[in-house]
Amino acid sequence: MINKVVAGADEAISDIKNGSTLMLGGFGLCGIPENCIAALVRKGVKELTCISNNAGVDDFGIGLMLQQHQVKKMISSYVGENAEFERQLLSGELEVELIPQGTLATRCMAAGYGMPAIFTPAGVGTEVAEGKETRNFNGKDYLMEYAFDADFALVKAWKGDTAGNLIFRSTSRNFNPVMAMAGKITIAEVEELVEPGALDPDHIHTPGVYVHRIFQGDNYEKRIEQRTVRPRN
Amino acid sequence: MLDKNGIAKRIAKEIKDGYYVNLGIGIPTLVANFIPQGINVVLQSENGLLGMGPFPFEGEEDADLINAGKQTITTLPGSSIFDSAMSFGMIRSQKIDLTILGAMEVSENGDIANWKIPGKMVKGMGGAMDLVASAKNIIVAMQHVNKAGESKLLPKCSLPLTGVNCIRKVVTELAVLDILPEGGFRLVERAPGVSVDYIKQATAGKLFANDNAPEMILD
Repeated sequence: MINKVVAGADEAISDIKNGSTLMLGGFGLCGIPENCIAALVRKGVKELTCISNNAGVDDFGIGLMLQQHQVKKMISSYVGENAEFERQLLSGELEVELIPQGTLATRCMAAGYGMPAIFTPAGVGTEVAEGKETRNFNGKDYLMEYAFDADFALVKAWKGDTAGNLIFRSTSRNFNPVMAMAGKITIAEVEELVEPGALDPDHIHTPGVYVHRIFQGDNYEKRIEQRTVRPRN
Repeated sequence: MLDKNGIAKRIAKEIKDGYYVNLGIGIPTLVANFIPQGINVVLQSENGLLGMGPFPFEGEEDADLINAGKQTITTLPGSSIFDSAMSFGMIRSQKIDLTILGAMEVSENGDIANWKIPGKMVKGMGGAMDLVASAKNIIVAMQHVNKAGESKLLPKCSLPLTGVNCIRKVVTELAVLDILPEGGFRLVERAPGVSVDYIKQATAGKLFANDNAPEMILD
């Protein structure tokens, strides 16, 4: 088996440069690559374009990179719950491109499947359609949306083996598998790194061929944004 | 006049046995509390879950298990988890029977605006544009008038659109209305104690209202 293991987050992201385009997995704060984000903050790379469904909160997730003014542009579907984000956006420091969530996911998928573009009805007749090619199939209009072109994809999995095979846990899967397939270089951080053979091939969500570097992360905070419970009675 | 729970309760009556349903944030989320007993319904959460269960008991929250509103939730026997591309794949290919979402404005030809107010911080459309562009059956849960007393059921939306010609039913604190294929709102039911005249005054878009429109039955 080809060994994809690197020592840790700092080594994994060492060649991410100013101006790089990154994909970051996660939905809200669920399934985000916490260790890679911390390493990017330590490294201090700037002018980043970040493709991620959300932009974190003020003091966690991509919010930590925003605090250090490392992000030039966000490509996301929803960017609420972040005051610093709003401040930078209104002051013109930060550029944002809002795109429908399914379009975001499918543009990742297209990249991972080697397809240059997809057609989706999302956004037809709205400002999202402005400047885009429209095609009619079977009487319905669709927008042509291009596959993403990202230098690096940073994903978080539950378990992975040294060959880069990944298994995700629960809804922390979200964008991680499609982004893993889409990066020119894909970096996976996992809660538990195991030897080849420890994971059942039938249970692999992302085959190791898509993963270039893998390491076992530590100190996962896994912050909950909306803690909702029901009473016991 | 209905409160938010009343709107949710009325919408829940539209849910049929065997439906896969996507519930948006706000009033639509409340619909889950009123799904009729004895029918089997599977709730989809577009972050990648079919078979959304209730909130966890205190102390059993799992940071890896949330819904699209980022709330901690649970799974149920028979639940499944998938990635975001597949989640919108099943939406686009119309495997989800019913979508319920909120709106700021709806027009008489079924356009919806629910994501952006010019001059205010825009948070994004999330999955709403994908849902309204593809879903075969969409019900909008909304207030009939805004805080200034202006109708939100309009001849034409004034806010940036989320989708065009896609809404077929609206449930508000005042009424249940269908949107006709040829355009216009049709009064289906009145909320308890609300007159047809009151609904006419609160509806800016073209309204077809029978003076004998029935009062809705909630229980």
